[in-house]
Amino acid sequence: MAYTKDEVLAGLADLVNDETGIATENVQLEKSFTDDLDIDSISMMTIVVNAEEKFDVKIPDDEVKNLKTVQDAVDYITNAQAA
Amino acid sequence: MTKKIVITGIGASTPIGGTARESWEALLAGESGARSLEHDWVQELQLPVTFAAEAKVRPDSVLDRPVAKRLDPSSQLALVAAKEAFADAGSPEIDPERLGVDFSTGIGGLWTLLDAWDTLRERGPRRVLPMTVPMLMPNAPSAAISMHFEARAYARTVAAACASSTEALVNAYEHLQAGLADVVLAGGSESAIHPLTLAAFSSMQALSRRNDDPATASRPYDVSRDGFVMGEGAAVLVVETEEHALARGAKIYAELAGGGVTADSYHITAPEPEGLGASRAVHMALEAAGATPDEVTHINAHATSTPVGDVAEVRALERVFGERVREIPVSATKAAHGHLLGGTGALEAIFTALAVQERQAPPTINVTEQDPDAPLRISNAPMPLGDEPQLAVSNSFGFGGHNAVIAIRSV
Repeated sequence: MAYTKDEVLAGLADLVNDETGIATENVQLEKSFTDDLDIDSISMMTIVVNAEEKFDVKIPDDEVKNLKTVQDAVDYITNAQAA
Repeated sequence: MTKKIVITGIGASTPIGGTARESWEALLAGESGARSLEHDWVQELQLPVTFAAEAKVRPDSVLDRPVAKRLDPSSQLALVAAKEAFADAGSPEIDPERLGVDFSTGIGGLWTLLDAWDTLRERGPRRVLPMTVPMLMPNAPSAAISMHFEARAYARTVAAACASSTEALVNAYEHLQAGLADVVLAGGSESAIHPLTLAAFSSMQALSRRNDDPATASRPYDVSRDGFVMGEGAAVLVVETEEHALARGAKIYAELAGGGVTADSYHITAPEPEGLGASRAVHMALEAAGATPDEVTHINAHATSTPVGDVAEVRALERVFGERVREIPVSATKAAHGHLLGGTGALEAIFTALAVQERQAPPTINVTEQDPDAPLRISNAPMPLGDEPQLAVSNSFGFGGHNAVIAIRSV
């Protein structure tokens, strides 16, 4: 069964919090992973790997650089699970 | 010109305490850190040894989670001990380029490595996390400390098995003498109580099999000793030039008076039975301290509780001290805290510094019948060291034929 966008956002916020300690309420759609949340490339890859497992999707390495904001990631994951 | 090097801070996370001071108090009280292991894998894998001396306080329970998540337990322990030591030293304000790290591990990030291997085999390469290599590398504890304290003079790592962290202290001594830093965070760490190491050390008949009585299993110099007890933990000392310590008004525990490192080139695991290399390391440490064996008032022995190793060290001590070795108060503290492998030398250095400062040699517990082949002066209670100036040596020996000795003098 597919996750809604709200569920993906909430799940992603949990993964970001688990990896970085950033409060889940600060993981908002318009936030940039690097500029606003100060997430480095290793943490980003960890979050991606954990997100793949959590949402049962594949996020190719080439795609990760396009996931600049939380919105980008939520959209990608939502679409990927629909595919 | 030889500089005077002093110890101004101590920190440790060990099987008998979450701090250096708590560990020291437990040691003096005769406590043991060895316990039956309650992990599922002990029964699942039918391990021949079912106990060890795990760190009393899990390091991830005292570090912030995002920090802990990026560190192998061995690095977590190192950082916990380093934070305690640095605070204990008064958190000295220092030019980052004059603050160094000399650290050590015997085995490295074993849990990270083997967990990642399990993940790869069970769930595929995509699930192997990107921090795997930076967490398992043996310099990870040194790097964690360097990053946390902005230590930019250098961050060096030595690996000499069970002699590792004594060798790290010798390196710190030499680096301070060479002027590479004014203050050094020095020590070692190990978190390798894993079914693989328990199986492997058992396979070489190195571990005690006293599964029914873990607390008395480590019994150096006892006639019935049957191997060492694996320990886990880290210990860190802040060492600095006396000039620097005095200028900032630091409290001083003791002087790190000298160090010696030699190699046996004899056998990969067995100690050279005449103690030639080990005794040479003691002589080197005393020579660096400008002292003679006659001045030594206390010995912290390596004494892991193995049948062969304990008496080989006695032969080396006899070579240095002659008949007088029977009169010098000796402490074999692994009886209490087990063998922390790459962390053990630094922990024993802390205990040696406190011994000369407080004028009491810590007890050697669990000895009910002392081996006549190890006629040393040991006690199951603290032994007073007297009011006169104290000079102690602390020995560490490791697989590979590594011998490392430091000399610690009262101030």
